[in-house]
Amino acid sequence: MIKHITTPLTPEIISSLQAGDKVLISGIIYSARDAAHKRLYEMIKKGEKLPIELEGQIIYYVGPCPAKPGTVIGSAGPTTSGRMDAYTPLLLEKGLKGMIGKGFRSKEVVDAIVKYGAVYFGAIGGAGALLADSIKDSKIVAFEDLGPEAIYEFKVENFPAIVIIDKEGNDLYKIGVEKYREI
Amino acid sequence: MREVHVDEIIAAVEKLCIEANIKLPEDVKFALNKAVEKETSPLGREILNDIIKNYQIAEEKDLAICQDTGFAVFFVKLGQDVRITGGNFTEAINEGVRRGYKNGYLRKSIVNDPLIYRKNTGDNTPAIIHLEIVPGDKIHITFAPKGGGSENMSALRMLKPSDGVEGLKKFVLETVRQAGPNPCPPIIIGVGIGGTIEVATLIAKKALLRPIGEHHPMPEIAELEKELLEEVNKLGIGPQGFGGKTTALAVNIETFPAHIASLPVAINIQCHVARHKEVEI
Repeated sequence: MIKHITTPLTPEIISSLQAGDKVLISGIIYSARDAAHKRLYEMIKKGEKLPIELEGQIIYYVGPCPAKPGTVIGSAGPTTSGRMDAYTPLLLEKGLKGMIGKGFRSKEVVDAIVKYGAVYFGAIGGAGALLADSIKDSKIVAFEDLGPEAIYEFKVENFPAIVIIDKEGNDLYKIGVEKYREI
Repeated sequence: MREVHVDEIIAAVEKLCIEANIKLPEDVKFALNKAVEKETSPLGREILNDIIKNYQIAEEKDLAICQDTGFAVFFVKLGQDVRITGGNFTEAINEGVRRGYKNGYLRKSIVNDPLIYRKNTGDNTPAIIHLEIVPGDKIHITFAPKGGGSENMSALRMLKPSDGVEGLKKFVLETVRQAGPNPCPPIIIGVGIGGTIEVATLIAKKALLRPIGEHHPMPEIAELEKELLEEVNKLGIGPQGFGGKTTALAVNIETFPAHIASLPVAINIQCHVARHKEVEI
């Protein structure tokens, strides 16, 4: 069964999701990867106002290809989430509710997901052309000087993802691999 | 002496950059389609089908297969009877990269200083060029853009000669297990054995250029490639790490003579978007 969800994420939506669930996400999501995370983190530490409101939002770990003329965006698949781990607990503390990426998260991030009631989604790594199809609108909202690492606001329709870590801390990477492991 | 003008090199490199990032090599496509038939995890099969759909969309729409259009890595075999005219060879490759990444709407993924400033160079240069001088009057250029996610999961270890085949197997399995979902499985595993530290890593990367299904000329090593692939696919990682039988599409080993004291082993991991394309000038 595929669950349709919309942003911003409410506690009810988050409670309805379990590791392994397939979801289609619609609404506004924000891109941010390494350099943007570093800046957001430093701004919070200094008590500055962030360029995006984090409450209930989803951050997509992506640095897209440039858009060709007449298109919304170029290829836009997920990057490895683990590089954002050092910054993520603070963003979750400040209200971030969802992340889309690929790959392992640290124990600190999983603990923060459980503590603040958030969810970690996976999108297919290396499927940037397919994923770009569900991005219907795109604009840069912060850190334009970072090029592909700027923060984009994406309007997505039925963006396909899978729940990897739910608010209970269940982890699809562990559950899935245990089932098929022979050595 | 045959003269080749830099403009010809620039044009060829521009074309290579764009085409390699849009169209997946046929052997990789074939391996992905074969993997769908073999995969026992229903979710794993769905993921593989989406990966196939992705390369089809990329080709139809002239889009990059993956947004990480990589570090621009070149393997150049330069014929010793070629004379380059009109400019600088290295600069010609870099100019081709600049044009290809701009005109192909490819992502610029390189930062200038790796530690302190990390400012994007804005044009995906500098390229990495591995140059070999060979007999003849041709220039053979292979372009293999390399994504960061899979490169980050690569590893090098200076084994002891007494570690032998078992030590090597253990190292490969450990590296793939630790990488888990991070390098976007199904992956291709390039293993470089022998040489000095830099040769081991270089031949591990070269191993990734070998078509899937082709094996090392030495029967013992060819057998080891097959055995390692089987073992890796028992780890259960599966497509995207969600569980399954298809963790790797191939294990390719390259070897080089080693020092009497050494057994260097490098593992270069490549995601399923295993891009490379060649041209001869």
